[in-house]
Amino acid sequence: MIIMRTIIKYVVLDLIKNKIILVYTFFLLAMSLGIFSMDENATKGIMSLMNLVLIFIPLVSIIFSTIYVYNSSEFIELLVAQPLKRKTLWLSIYAGLSLSLSLAFMMGVGIPVLLYDGTATGWVLILSGLFQTIIFTGIALLASVYTRDKAKGIGFSILLWFFFTLIYDAIVLLLLFQFSEYPMETPMIALSMLNPVDLSRILILLKLDISALMGYTGAVFKDFFGSGAGVVISAIVLLLWSVLPVWGSLKKFQRKDL
Amino acid sequence: MIIATNVTKTFGRLKALDNVSVNCAKGQTIALIGPNGSGKTTLIKSILGMVVPDSGFITFDQHNILHNWNYRMRIGYMPQIGRYPENMSIEQVFTMMKDIRKSTSTLIDEELVTAFGLTELMNKKMRTLSGGTRQKVSASLAFLFNPDVLILDEPTAGLDPVASEILKQKIVQEKEKGKLILITSHVLSELDDIVSEIIYMQESKLMFHKSLVQLQEDTGEIKLAKAIAHIMK
Repeated sequence: MIIMRTIIKYVVLDLIKNKIILVYTFFLLAMSLGIFSMDENATKGIMSLMNLVLIFIPLVSIIFSTIYVYNSSEFIELLVAQPLKRKTLWLSIYAGLSLSLSLAFMMGVGIPVLLYDGTATGWVLILSGLFQTIIFTGIALLASVYTRDKAKGIGFSILLWFFFTLIYDAIVLLLLFQFSEYPMETPMIALSMLNPVDLSRILILLKLDISALMGYTGAVFKDFFGSGAGVVISAIVLLLWSVLPVWGSLKKFQRKDL
Repeated sequence: MIIATNVTKTFGRLKALDNVSVNCAKGQTIALIGPNGSGKTTLIKSILGMVVPDSGFITFDQHNILHNWNYRMRIGYMPQIGRYPENMSIEQVFTMMKDIRKSTSTLIDEELVTAFGLTELMNKKMRTLSGGTRQKVSASLAFLFNPDVLILDEPTAGLDPVASEILKQKIVQEKEKGKLILITSHVLSELDDIVSEIIYMQESKLMFHKSLVQLQEDTGEIKLAKAIAHIMK
């Protein structure tokens, strides 16, 4: 545990020295302040911010983390020969990355949201953003541990981001049209669970109380996600998304030749 | 102290270690010799747990090193090509290593740091260092925690004659303390007065492991370089 804290300290120090995290923080801050000061209505502001949170945050988290892991190959190589568990090293890198990116998100989006709209909706948005950050950091670790080549790894990460934010929705729409004669509400709920971005979007939209716009499906969604059990299940699914990719990457890293 | 049993490792189609078994005892100074690509570095990395063998196992003091990490606090490792975080200064690298190993070792041996004159370079970033200075950092780190086992992969490659001599003296000095020292090198002439045992590898296989005296007797040569040349013929 002490060693883990030491390594996290070095990772975070290294990340703070890296100007990109600072630029990212200021960019997020400028965006959120801009959005909130443009819109009179805080709810509209949350709507606009939601798109930023659900598209931009996963992108930055996954790409930045992938590049960081490749750039730390020397650091990893140096420490693997030292008396510490590979598990400690890998989880410390994960913790350092998600901690720094989450901190940037909290400074850039969290604080403005709480200032302008400290309601439950604001909190759901913040929690979603934090989940996106750690989930996509984990996916980045998974992508980078499986590909030795840096360019391939980054390409793979971009593809994964593309899949979760765009391609997945296209597939779901396609299915919806193909099976339009059947009741699709329950499968839709299941499908949205498989994508952390979609899941977060639904949770935020339902909190915004504009689910009426989504018609019958919206009502079914509200029935499920609005219920206590629905919230608990969504939370569990998001937690699984934060844990499983990292766990997979850890299994691979423990057997990786360096 | 370190026993490898039937260790095999393949990288894709390339066989790097083919059923290698060695037994390294405390107090020995072993030269690991062999042509380029004969699997020396892979063997060393397997001992350190950086490479995971496909089959076979390695024990350190009777404990299997797989899933074990404690044994590494007793090893000082100098890699062939030292790679360090580029934007850390020498001092930061040393502080970090001390931070990580602080609970495991009390005795810090900074003799090489001063002997190599690294004290004046402490604020330099790792990316600005020359190959030789990097080697000096690697060597200093390997000896820093006064470990029981020293594993030196091409220690003198890239070092100037003065630094090379300093390092050699240090190795001899540690050898006299009864440590296990494993050295790979292609400069056989400088191993003559250091090593007591020879491990010879070729095409991923272990060809022999004998004492220097035995080798000299078998080949009728006194100089290690000539003895090895005799075998390679």
